[in-house]
Amino acid sequence: MKHTISVLVENHSGVLSRISGLFSRRGFNIESLAVGPTENPEVSRITIIADGDDHTVEQIEKQLNKLIEVIKVKSFRPSDCMARELMLLKVNATAEKRQEIMTICEITESKVIDLTVNTMTLEICDKYDHLVKFVALLEPYGIVEMVRTGTIAIQRGNETITK
Amino acid sequence: MKMSASKAMVECLKAEGINTVYGYPGAAICPFFDALLDEEGTIRNILVRHEANGGHAASGFARMTGRPQVCIATSGPGAVNLITAIATAYADSVPIIAITGQVATEQIGSDAFQEADITGAAEPFVKHSYLVKDAGEIPRIFKEAFYIAGSGRPGPVLIDVPVDVQKAEIDFEYPKQVKIRSYKPTIKGNAMQVKRVAKALKEAKRPLICIGGGVFASRATEEVRQLSEIMDIPVITTMMGISCFNDEDERFFGMIGTHGVKSANAAANDCDTLLLVGARVGDRAVNNPLKLEQSTTIIHMDIDPAEIGKNIGTDIPLVGNAKDVLAQLLKVVEPMEHKEWIAHLDGYRTKRKYNRPKKGTVDPRQFIEKLSEKMPANTTVVADVGQNQIWAATGYKLKAGGRFLTSGGMGTMGYSLPCAMGAKMTCPERTALQICGDGSFQMQFMEMATCVQYGINVKIVVMTNRRLGMVRELQDKLYDGRKVSVFLDGSPDFVKLAAAYGIPAMRVHDTKSMNKAIEALAGEDRLMLVEVCVDEDAPTL
Repeated sequence: MKHTISVLVENHSGVLSRISGLFSRRGFNIESLAVGPTENPEVSRITIIADGDDHTVEQIEKQLNKLIEVIKVKSFRPSDCMARELMLLKVNATAEKRQEIMTICEITESKVIDLTVNTMTLEICDKYDHLVKFVALLEPYGIVEMVRTGTIAIQRGNETITK
Repeated sequence: MKMSASKAMVECLKAEGINTVYGYPGAAICPFFDALLDEEGTIRNILVRHEANGGHAASGFARMTGRPQVCIATSGPGAVNLITAIATAYADSVPIIAITGQVATEQIGSDAFQEADITGAAEPFVKHSYLVKDAGEIPRIFKEAFYIAGSGRPGPVLIDVPVDVQKAEIDFEYPKQVKIRSYKPTIKGNAMQVKRVAKALKEAKRPLICIGGGVFASRATEEVRQLSEIMDIPVITTMMGISCFNDEDERFFGMIGTHGVKSANAAANDCDTLLLVGARVGDRAVNNPLKLEQSTTIIHMDIDPAEIGKNIGTDIPLVGNAKDVLAQLLKVVEPMEHKEWIAHLDGYRTKRKYNRPKKGTVDPRQFIEKLSEKMPANTTVVADVGQNQIWAATGYKLKAGGRFLTSGGMGTMGYSLPCAMGAKMTCPERTALQICGDGSFQMQFMEMATCVQYGINVKIVVMTNRRLGMVRELQDKLYDGRKVSVFLDGSPDFVKLAAAYGIPAMRVHDTKSMNKAIEALAGEDRLMLVEVCVDEDAPTL
């Protein structure tokens, strides 16, 4: 089962390697990891999508909490949070296929951000499941290159990670 | 006050009450050593003969004081050599501060001479680490490092200081307090949980206490004794918990585990409620935790929340420092009696039988047991790793006040002599008895020179069977007796080797020489070596 784990950390050099090292040496599987600054410049926020049973996730949280520079760890249930991921995707698109791809973009609310004679580059920001569908829709045309940021997530309503 | 950063580092150590450090110099740590010379009267550096041994010596020192102790190495190979000691301390939750030199800041990342990314390399084995980039941060970093190493679940902290940072001029003021917003170990137990534990212990028909290294680290021996006495609960230990309960107590049933004693393992199997205190249920202590958790109510008391539920399912978790939590528990428990249960366990006690040893050898277990009868009560026994460790752990009958140190978690060969050196230097009034095999001795015998140089009185016992005994046994049992790479041919005559260092030594090969050696070991506090000739096929258990 996939779990979304949000981690607030001190914005020190080396923190990311401590966290990624912890995952690999304890045998935890990371699907994605996204990191960036927060409203407080001294604090960074890492969102990890990890695979494992409840016992594994409990251990992940506890081991993360042992790292001195980890300020807060919280795992979200999918229903408690909004999760988004940004993807850029370059797909084969000759003139006769362009219109079809444009239709896919329209329905999926993605954007065309670059165009050449034989490719189109698309941008989409959505939840994980939708990105999977989006990729499936474009696969028949031939995907040339794809890059994703990894999922970030925030809680619904008034809840925050520190509260 | 303005001063060099290296001088400031020394001032930090002084402020932390450090009087001995174990270091090996090199170019990248020279400014710090130079500053140490100015404080020779306050802080003494012991020049060990290998960096790892400096770490192990600091570990022995730290275990006996309960406070973080310091080892020092230079950059690159020096720092990398320290890793074994850091990992050993990490596995046994021992607070050491490892200070390493690093190449100059501007050279970092250029694969300079003697450059190693030690903060990166040691990351899996440290509680925390620092690479100092700004000399002005030194006072804060040292203050934090000592606090982190010694508080909560203790562990090693590494401070890597580039050589140019050591030479910088800073304004020194040692902070009075530590402020780390993300680090607040739980010391006191949750009151509700404490009550649940008391209730579960009261309802138990066959309760058992299993104590581990957490009891040693938090100095909770007395609290365990009281709990056992008031509630009439038998006690067993893990290897790390040895010497935290009086071996002569009628409620004591020995060490649990693969290499443990029958009475302890039977107690764990037959109990209905198991209170684990500062014991992490390592695989060598409990090889089938699933079976245990299904048949038993597990109460797990540990300062590290991550240990609870990691290796064994828990019915009642209780996070906190063993000493504090037990004190809370003692306030709410009521006297109980478990005569039948204890009588049942008494039935598992076995008297050890000794085989007649081959000519020219003695039974190592008999030697250890006899030795323990004669040694002073306040002896610090330091066992190495292998058969010698199990012979010492299960055969040495500690008297009240004795201490037992070993590398339980990492199982690091070569730990015992440097650890015993550190332990002896902290507690000179205690006899330091080191027990190792001829395999492990050859990983550490260079430290005999350190013992001679600084007058550190360790009683060295080398069990010689000309084999890596525990591996030999494993190959006999599980690999159809295909013995490979366990023959220690070419080893020196250890008595002559000791003589080369000017250390008095004797060899035990029969009852007469055994009695003579035991008398000498139990006698005058001095540096000496005893080689005990052991049958190459002598079993561990």
